[in-house]
This record gives sequence, C-alpha cells and structure tokens, in this order.
Amino acid sequence: MNKTVGTWQEQLWDLLRQNEVEIFGYVPDAGHKHLINQAIADPKVHDVSLTNEMEGIGLCCGANLGGKKAVLLMQSSGVGNTINLLSLVKLGNFPFLTLVTMRGNFGEGNPWQFPMGQGTQAALEAMGVICLPVWTEEDVIPTVEAALTMAFKSGNAVAVLLTQRLIGAKEF
Amino acid sequence: MSTFKFELNREVVIPQLVPNPSDYLMIAGLGGTARDTTRLTNAGSNLYTLGGAMGAAASMGLGLALARPDKKVLVVTGDGELLMSLGTLATIAVLNPPNLSIICVDNGHYGETGYQVSHTGRGVNLEEIAIGAGIKVTATVQDDSQVANGAKVVAHDKDSSFVLLRISTKESSPIKRNLNAADCRIIFRKALLG
Repeated sequence: MNKTVGTWQEQLWDLLRQNEVEIFGYVPDAGHKHLINQAIADPKVHDVSLTNEMEGIGLCCGANLGGKKAVLLMQSSGVGNTINLLSLVKLGNFPFLTLVTMRGNFGEGNPWQFPMGQGTQAALEAMGVICLPVWTEEDVIPTVEAALTMAFKSGNAVAVLLTQRLIGAKEF
Repeated sequence: MSTFKFELNREVVIPQLVPNPSDYLMIAGLGGTARDTTRLTNAGSNLYTLGGAMGAAASMGLGLALARPDKKVLVVTGDGELLMSLGTLATIAVLNPPNLSIICVDNGHYGETGYQVSHTGRGVNLEEIAIGAGIKVTATVQDDSQVANGAKVVAHDKDSSFVLLRISTKESSPIKRNLNAADCRIIFRKALLG
C-alpha cells in the first residue's frame, strides 16, 4: 500500500479493497461513515447493515468458511454485544478483523459512553482479540495494514481501535 | 391462528425436508440441531456445527451465503438459538440472498438445559416473525401433510427461505460430533476451497 493521496478515510477504503475485503458488516456509525458509504456504493462488495454487532461475528466467520475476507465496523459500545460470540472466533481460530470507533475515550462529553468505552480494550483482550489503538492520522494506514497481515496472513483476531483523539469527540 | 402441534419426529422429518444434504453447505446451531445435521450429513465436510456462541448460526450462514453465491447454504438452528438473535432474520430479509435457507427446528423447549419451556412453547410464532421481518418464502411444517411443501421451501433458490419445523421433545439418538471448532473449520474449508 503506497497510496498516500486523499484523506485517511479514503486511503483506508483503498487499503481494504486492495486487500480483497469483500464483505463489510456494520452497525451505522458516524466514525465509519466513509467506509459504509463506499461499501454501499460499490457493487463489487457486500454492505451488510446489522441489527446487532453480534451478527457481525457470525458474518465474518461464515465469510471465512467460504474463503472470503470480511471486516466488522462498529463502535466501542457495540463491542459489548459481541463478547460471547467471540468464542467462535477464538475456539475456531478464525482470522478476524474489526475496526472500532471509540467513544467514552479522549474528550468524551456523554457520560453514558464511558463504561463500555473504557472497558472495550480489556473486554476484547479477555476474549483473545489483539488490540491496536490508533491516536494519529499518520498511524491509521500502517496500523490497519499491520492488522490485515496479523488477521488474514497469521490467522489472528485483531481490533483496530480508532480513538477519539483521531476521530474527534462528538459535542454534547 | 392455527394451533401449534409439537408432534413430529426430528429424526424422521429432517431427512425428508433435506433429501439431498450433500447439495448444501450447512451451518448448524448447538445441541439438537448439531446432532440432527451430523446424522443427516454423516458428519460431512460440508457441515459446520456450533457447540456454543449461541445465536451465531444464522449470521454465519449469511456470511457463507454472501461469500459463496455459487453454493446453496442451509442453516439448521433451534428455537432457543434463533430467539437469541431474531434481528438476524431482518438482516437476512433485507439482503435476501437467494442461496440461503433456514430451518428452525422448534420443540418449544430449551432441550440442552433441561427442557425448560421456550417462548415458542408459550405462543411465539417464529414463522410469523420471519414473515414480519420480510422473508419472502416461508412455511410451517407441523404435520406430515406439510412436509412436501416444506421441502420445496428449503430447496427454493430465488430468495432466502425459512421453514419452521415443529417437532416433539423426543431427543434425537446420541451421535458423536466434532466439538473442535478449529478442526471443523479446517475440514470445511479444505473440502470447499481445496
């Protein structure tokens, strides 16, 4: 991945497509807006709007059984919905990649976001998911590149945590 | 509303609904449906069974169906498991992959935990929920006269389809199944992908 033009969001879409990610599962989220809109617009990929993040775990594992790469886009609050389903990822040694937009993190103004936001990394790690937090724009692409390799070449479960330092805190 | 009949024998009817199990890539939920499909496929390499991660079967089938539009995918799941992830019916209905069929094996009870009555044993109709979610092709099979139509709905390949199979609480006979999720994944992928 040498492309350096465009915003990090645009580069992120290019990176995922160059790595043949074909199924994008998501629960709508402002931080993932660009990827979601690109996935909806691109007839070569499946955009899968989920009612609950736990569906995304099954979706990604099912895609792997069929030989395709999927990614789950969710917010930190959604991580809590996935925990027992991550048993499937862990026990089955499924390669798994999720991009998590963080809330309850840097500069958060909504107190309701803190319990899950502050627990996100610990909860994921407790279920065997490697967490790679990203704090700056420059680190987005190298981190997701690393995560793609760790997940789809080495067979790990990996979460890239896009912090509020990076994506900005919503105003309240 | 019709009366619910929990009378059919799962070991008899499931093979009638799926006369050609090798035509499908199959995902099964935990417990009874894992045993049903292990028996149905003779522990085939076209079958992935869950032993936990309750609620994952239908979404796993969706991921597989989207990944492999060239193959027919069948999810066999229990009423308890499907009740845990009803939203997945909505997600499937919206996408409507034509190669995905679901059989919900409904005995009205949570068999694995000691046969406590489930919501479907108290009047919840999962076929009506599937219809309400927008699944276009559905059926209920609760007596022998409905089996042939149920088999047609399972085989339907123009839309996602859903069959609610009401059965008795008679347990299926014991069968050894693979509880190693990683092993199951490798076997399944090797058979499908080489």
